[in-house]
Amino acid sequence: MTSQPSAPEKLWLSGNEALALGAHEASVKVASGYPGTPSTEILENVVNYSEIYTEWAPNEKVGLEVAIGASFAGVRALATMKHVGLNVAADPLFTASYTGVRGGLVIVVADDPSMYSSQNEQDSRNYAYAAKLPMLEPADPGEAKDFLKIAYHLSEEYDTPVLLRSCTRVSHVKGIVTSGQVESSALTPGIELLPAKLVMLPANARNRRVEVEKRQQRLRELAETSELNRIEPGDNKIGFIAAGTSYLYVKEAFPEATVLKLGLVYPLPEQLIRDFAARVEKLYVVEDLDPFLETRIKAMGIACIGKEVIPAIGELTPSVVRRAITGQAPADLFEPVELPPRPPNMCPGCPHRGLFYNLNRLKVFVSGDIGCYTLGFLPPLSAMDACVCMGASVGMAHGMDKALGEEAQGKVVAVIGDSTFLHTGLNGLINSVYNKGCSTIIILDNRITGMTGQQPNPASGTTINYDPSPTIDFPELCRAVGVKHVRTVNPHEIEATYQVLKEEIARPEVSVVITRFPCVLTVDEKKRPKKPFHSVTENCTGCTMCLRLGCPAINWQPLTPEEAKAMGKKEKQKGYALINEDMCIGCGQCYELCKFEAISKEEVSR
Amino acid sequence: MNQGNIHFVGVGGQGILLASEMTAYALINAGFDLKKSEVHGMAQRGGSVEAHLRFDQTRVYSPLIEPGTVDFQLAFETMEAARYLPYLNRNSKVIVNTQRIMPPSVATGKATYPDNCLDALTRQGIAVIPVDAYAIAKELGNIKAANVVLVGALSTFLPLPAEAFHEVIATRLPARIQEVNLQAFKAGRAAIEKD
Ligand code: SF4
Ligand code: SF4
Repeated sequence: MTSQPSAPEKLWLSGNEALALGAHEASVKVASGYPGTPSTEILENVVNYSEIYTEWAPNEKVGLEVAIGASFAGVRALATMKHVGLNVAADPLFTASYTGVRGGLVIVVADDPSMYSSQNEQDSRNYAYAAKLPMLEPADPGEAKDFLKIAYHLSEEYDTPVLLRSCTRVSHVKGIVTSGQVESSALTPGIELLPAKLVMLPANARNRRVEVEKRQQRLRELAETSELNRIEPGDNKIGFIAAGTSYLYVKEAFPEATVLKLGLVYPLPEQLIRDFAARVEKLYVVEDLDPFLETRIKAMGIACIGKEVIPAIGELTPSVVRRAITGQAPADLFEPVELPPRPPNMCPGCPHRGLFYNLNRLKVFVSGDIGCYTLGFLPPLSAMDACVCMGASVGMAHGMDKALGEEAQGKVVAVIGDSTFLHTGLNGLINSVYNKGCSTIIILDNRITGMTGQQPNPASGTTINYDPSPTIDFPELCRAVGVKHVRTVNPHEIEATYQVLKEEIARPEVSVVITRFPCVLTVDEKKRPKKPFHSVTENCTGCTMCLRLGCPAINWQPLTPEEAKAMGKKEKQKGYALINEDMCIGCGQCYELCKFEAISKEEVSR
Repeated sequence: MNQGNIHFVGVGGQGILLASEMTAYALINAGFDLKKSEVHGMAQRGGSVEAHLRFDQTRVYSPLIEPGTVDFQLAFETMEAARYLPYLNRNSKVIVNTQRIMPPSVATGKATYPDNCLDALTRQGIAVIPVDAYAIAKELGNIKAANVVLVGALSTFLPLPAEAFHEVIATRLPARIQEVNLQAFKAGRAAIEKD
């Protein structure tokens, strides 16, 4: 991490790193959030600035509430999350709009057009409108840093939380960012009693409601003159209105055109847009996802072309924009060739693999959740039947049980990761117990938040900066909320896990099975010396049992009848399994499945 | 060469990020503006991954390379070179690691690894430059350095002196891996220059 530069310095940063630098330059004091691609690396970089207190919260709602509290105490605060996380945090968000702030409060939300790593493609700008909050949208890492600093000024000056919308192509893009001055808030931190502003019981909230409208009006005026919104003159035949990365794609595809670049995407500068529309012959609104700007511009009575031609599904690119507007297909591209797909897969030695192997065997309906284990859906494990949002698996399984009664008994299980369980799964479990369900809930406790890159959580035993902290005891926690049957297994032990699952799934009351083994990518596991298994080719009969695990370290080597014969095998043997010792970490799952001693327990020295 | 588009493609876990970072820093040292785009999260678990790196003497707007406009493709795995064919054009140079990594459908015997996936490129007249980076790195005693071997190969085509990369290795990599990576880089360059 770069230390605090005072003379401007050119840095090569991702959007998320730039946002962290922005938090530092804005003198943020408290930052909280929940990991979620593409927002995760913001806090992972903020934590390197020692003057900022940084934490992972168990979910985005808590993260935002922590930031609101810090703001009420008069310091600048940051909450970070991905688009679906904002749904979780929506409750405090809408009311924080009424209380306003003391210290500047910014919520960074990262959208994921094209769903590179998300379960839906929602457009967070709709929250700015619904919660009546200003929203800024940078186009690249350099702007991300600058806009974050501007957001803190706006927040304090207009007494409002400010939303800053990033997206995959800002957060995970690297560009050159110029460092700037560290600026602080004019406020004095401390406790101030402001009940009329901070206590949102109806009588106070009704007064604040009026303040929100006044603020909206002031912000609309600001939008007209703010440097965040600028006209870039050019050829007036076509004009573009664009924000964020869409602006970059327009500039790339139509370098000569006149462009109104909006940095403040809500509220909008009506007069500026009118003036702009008047100077161009044809007006296009180019935006990712929803027709957010377009709808509002059309409501002003201004003619423009938007989603009639610009796709609303998936992310835009310069070629998509060019094609949408000119109607021209890009000059004769090469046709793609047909190739086996290469989907993501759980790591070699992932503890989840053994569990999903068993669930596939048990032929139960698996109500799934969000994490690495969502990959249990893919073949050959093919053991996930539903997945909606963080924490939903437990409630969904209960709902299925209640809907189907006897018929569902022993046929439905919920799977949920440790981090996800603490995010919003626990409430579902309490509900199942309270309402006398019969679900089997499997907590996949790999001690970490795996999918987003091994962030610690309340069950990991450390905080974001790896300071030791209390560790949640899942069996005790489950018992405390009323679960009578709680069992812990090692998911690498396939048969033992199978037996426990069978018994618990058959049980006509709520039970919890905890599969406990660390993710192979945790700091401790990575340090542990690997003892890979190896294949004993002579013994392999080609039965393909081990292949059913889908471990990336096991490869199928096809054989022709002649080759099989030459190897001294039966002619009809179609191939054999080969372990890649560079990849195997020695979890032993395949060893347990092989009935022919074709996988050797002998440790291979490296 | 005032501008260019470099496409890094391969399989999650092959060190593509480091390779693209080294290239980026060398270009920054040479005074270019640049943008790089990559995808994190779900895509990292052994899936097909790509990074777009664009450089320009004046200004880069879009972080994305447009289909048909790749100048250099650095493919870390053979089949992945062919996957992004629509990004290439007849003048593209494709540097391919001859290593094969089986995707799940092949590893489980459901599909076969296409034998001739590079034919699709050569048939179009695209220059394909094979490099056995895995073997070269293994010889140097560290298979993890295969990515830097590939950077070495790529560097011979870029408007930069080798020293720009030497400097990146010396200033950006942890001390204990500098030497092996410098060797890997040089070996990658030599692999191109000798033919
Ligand atoms: S990162 Fe951890 S949890 Fe995720 S697939 Fe790999 S081993 Fe499993
Ligand atoms: S022991 Fe078997 S299942 Fe486990 S990592 Fe090695 S090859 Fe994969």
